Amino acid sequence: MSVATLILAAAVAMAAGLVGCFAVMRRMALAGDALSHVALPGIGVALALHVHPLLGATAMLFFGGLVVWAFEERSRLATETLIGVVFSAALAIGSMTTSGEDLIEALFGGEAGQPSSVETTFVLLAALAVTWFVVARKRALVVALVSPDIARTVGINVRLLNLLYLQMFALTIALGLRYLGVLLMGSLIIVPAATAKQLSRNLSQMLAIAAAMAVAVTLGGSAVASWTHRPTGPCIVTLAATCFFLTFVRHQESA
Amino acid sequence: MTDPLLRVEHLSLHVGATPIVRDVTFSVAAGESLAIIGPNGAGKTLLFRALIGAVPFEGTIRWKAGIRIGYVPQKLDLTRDVPITGFDFLRAKPGASTIGGTGLAAILADVGLPTAIAHLSIGSISGGQFQRLLVAFALVDHPDVLLLDEPTAGVDEPGQERLNELVARLQCERNMTVLLISHDLSVVFRHATQVLCLGREHVCVGAPRTVLTSERLSAIYGEEVALHVHDTGEGTACRWQR
Repeated sequence: MSVATLILAAAVAMAAGLVGCFAVMRRMALAGDALSHVALPGIGVALALHVHPLLGATAMLFFGGLVVWAFEERSRLATETLIGVVFSAALAIGSMTTSGEDLIEALFGGEAGQPSSVETTFVLLAALAVTWFVVARKRALVVALVSPDIARTVGINVRLLNLLYLQMFALTIALGLRYLGVLLMGSLIIVPAATAKQLSRNLSQMLAIAAAMAVAVTLGGSAVASWTHRPTGPCIVTLAATCFFLTFVRHQESA
Repeated sequence: MTDPLLRVEHLSLHVGATPIVRDVTFSVAAGESLAIIGPNGAGKTLLFRALIGAVPFEGTIRWKAGIRIGYVPQKLDLTRDVPITGFDFLRAKPGASTIGGTGLAAILADVGLPTAIAHLSIGSISGGQFQRLLVAFALVDHPDVLLLDEPTAGVDEPGQERLNELVARLQCERNMTVLLISHDLSVVFRHATQVLCLGREHVCVGAPRTVLTSERLSAIYGEEVALHVHDTGEGTACRWQR
């Protein structure tokens, strides 16, 4: 991997670690996973139309974020059912519209070659936007997490905040598709944050640990993939999962 | 005559297709203490949620412009294992940065919560301690009105007394307006200047002395209610200062 690619991967990982903290605390790990699969049909359509897969995935993910948001607003009971349906439908449609090598690459990520200047700019700006959103809105997200009703009384537009958060989540998935693919990007968002939750005593610690760990496993996983000539995505996620289980065991022992 | 701080006219609330609150009208002046009483399921919490704009309603709810609301909800179903401390939560309130750590510590002392507790995760403290933290959060930016939905539920006896006294003191010192949902009729009798009773078939508004009678209470709750209050004067939140 080139230095530019590594910098991009680190920026995306930092955004993933930060956005993942609130996904874990909001208990939306499953929703996030299902949302990541929504990218697949978008990639298929983009490939068929000969446009950049990232564009198709991003558009479809934003749409998926809107659907999850609308259902969360209307009925909490139906959300899990919806996610199950969306997950299966997205995989089915995606596998019909994408084929062969493209499908494998979309699912598990591919060789991350030299990014174009347009892609570099888009990914960097988007990763910075996600990072800025979580840091700038962390207080509002905390109040809304404790009680949406209290949040309303202090002037927080909870519906808008939820929508923005889901779209930032969707954007983060889109950013990581190049390296990790549809199946694994959700893991880079959830696993470092879940690990950080076990190690942290307050919010600042959790955000810092999750971001640092996401960057570390991304760079470490990339290095391992390069040395062992293995695909990058699975190496990154395996490393992240190993960190999670090690801290989980330690956490259980200390508890 | 000045405008009331809150005016509610012909308010009706539904859960799905089921009507819960029908055609309620009342107003609250600045510095007043309105207690809301009624049996479970009468729509007391739903009324509060309508007042803060969290649920749709029919009728009119009009707050005086620029009012700051401190809201303490009924017991929250909180995720227990989040690494958010009491201080994280208090500092998350807009306006917390202006009063700083000393100001937050003073508010915690007011609600009887040691600062050491506020350094712990909100999921690891007891229900009563968390309830005090919610009251502290409500007080952070000097609200004009407090909406308290059974604020002492789960709080120990001395803690209840302390919170009741704190609310009464804030009313006196800052002319704060209080809307309180409570099942403790003796607290209502002692601290409220006005009572709104939400019964399944019966709605009434009036001074504690006129509303808190055995006959009225039986009509509201649909069964005999024994009322034991020491007549030390109704709605006298500031009596200890006079």
